[in-house]
Amino acid sequence: MKLTPQEVEHIARLARLELSEAEKAAYREQLSAVLEYVARLQEVDTSAVSPAAETLPGQSPLRPDRVEPPLPRQALLANAPETREGQFRIPPVFPPAGEAPEEQDG
Amino acid sequence: MGSAFPSLAALQTALRQGELSSAELVETCLRRIASRDATLRAFLWVDAAGARRAAREADARLEEARRTGETASLPPLLGIPLAVKDVLAVKGMPATAGSRILEGFVPPYTATAVERLQTAGAIVLGKTNTDEFAMGSSTENSAWGVTRNPWNPERVPGGSSGGSAAAVAGGLVPAALGTDTGGSVRQPASYCGLTGLKPTYGRVSRYGLIAYGSSLDTVGVLSRSAEDAALLLSLMAGRDRQDATSASLPVPAPRLEGDVRGLRIGLPREYFIAGIQPEVRAAVSAALEVFASLGADVVPVSLPHTEYALPVYYLIAPAEASANLARFDGVRYGVREPADTMWEVFTRTRGVRFGAEVKRRIMLGTYALSAGYYEAYYGQAQKVRTLIRGDFEAAFTQVDLLAAPVAPTTAFRIGEHTADPLAMYLEDIFTITANLAGIPALAFPVGFDGQNLPIGMQLMGPHFGEAALLRAAHAYQRATDWHLRLPPLEDAGREAGDG
Repeated sequence: MKLTPQEVEHIARLARLELSEAEKAAYREQLSAVLEYVARLQEVDTSAVSPAAETLPGQSPLRPDRVEPPLPRQALLANAPETREGQFRIPPVFPPAGEAPEEQDG
Repeated sequence: MGSAFPSLAALQTALRQGELSSAELVETCLRRIASRDATLRAFLWVDAAGARRAAREADARLEEARRTGETASLPPLLGIPLAVKDVLAVKGMPATAGSRILEGFVPPYTATAVERLQTAGAIVLGKTNTDEFAMGSSTENSAWGVTRNPWNPERVPGGSSGGSAAAVAGGLVPAALGTDTGGSVRQPASYCGLTGLKPTYGRVSRYGLIAYGSSLDTVGVLSRSAEDAALLLSLMAGRDRQDATSASLPVPAPRLEGDVRGLRIGLPREYFIAGIQPEVRAAVSAALEVFASLGADVVPVSLPHTEYALPVYYLIAPAEASANLARFDGVRYGVREPADTMWEVFTRTRGVRFGAEVKRRIMLGTYALSAGYYEAYYGQAQKVRTLIRGDFEAAFTQVDLLAAPVAPTTAFRIGEHTADPLAMYLEDIFTITANLAGIPALAFPVGFDGQNLPIGMQLMGPHFGEAALLRAAHAYQRATDWHLRLPPLEDAGREAGDG
């Protein structure tokens, strides 16, 4: 089964990755090869098997839900590309008025 | 000090007795880095000033304790420099995970594993190269260049903890931390002639580890002996409230006395497949004869679902990676590629700043988790993972430990597998099972091939069975000297000699 160019673009959009045409073509080939390889899992009868939800079952005990001092705001903001008034700053979510909105799924 | 360091225990003794100062030790590391790392490129960041300062403080404490006769109560690693893989956060040092998307990121906190070693007196000398976000088996996927194998600079050091492996094998530092999600400690240990410990999942806190596959990630050790690995594990391990999956079981003391008489070692027949380099097969067989001569019983066992481990891993790990790496979007840390809208910032920053292998795995994982494919890919992989874990549980009712090669071959040539991702993935075929099952595994050198490249073997044990692994490997290392062999390193210039 080979991925279509449309499927590659759909996955890239879900993953929020801007890809060049060359990358799309390469990933189409490489991902198709990997998917063909992993398809052998379908031959295993797992009708009576539960999925492995935890790496080591029963290893996640609860702890008291107490509020403790977090890392200082300034320390966390120090790594951000852009901040303002103690917050992360981002460009507009919607394009400026008059321009066609970018298609978003999800 | 020769071209490599003695054991951590020997360094501790020398420091406490005043035969060696921490400052001398740190200067030796820095001198060797200056001389050898232009070729090896093991380090991404060296904190020379911080290490020198920490060494002065350690020497003051050592001198004071010697004066008052209280050296025995000093922290065990006081004054000993270590290196840390660049996927682990160390406060104040850059952490890039080998990626351009984290360029300039300086974490405001320290990973628990590192912090515990610092509390035990260790000095973090610097950060070592890694495949981007630990995705790779050769360290060729780092955005910051390829690390070379000290045994042969035309060969890869393995990966993804290739920088830590090259740093220890190259004699730049006595030991280093790595991480192992699918073999990333054991395979570079094998390629570089080192001892590499992948602990049980949850044995060592993952807090401060930049996540790749959260159900598979472990923090491990690259060292020159099982004895050193045991000491470091005992200091790092244990419950950490910052990691809900960290185990509260008792931490094994680094006591390695005892022999392997009566130890039942299982040989899973599925790990001795066609395609293994004959010298690897021969060296592992010879090592098993050593274990037999020391009194162990070597018996055949079967892990019937082994052939499915690689496809399971290459669905689960990318699926987890696609979720974990969603946080890198040019907003909170690292670098932002400018664009007009928030959405374009996300896609452009990720598209430009992630490397090819990372994007490949994000795409694969996104596909495996996407609507209409989740059950067939991710769901089925998690069910087969249960069967793989069951194979190990069944085997450990018959034997104490399992033995297998670490990798099908010795270190391959730089560039040999970069064109074919699937061929690179096959390098992980013997190591990923331990991560899928969450069990501990220990790699150690058992010989050399005709090109003078190291060959590694691994022992795998039941959950929290690190002590048995370390004891067995220690018994082997007392009976053999493969782990003491040193690569043929040439130091540039006279100033590099350290007598």
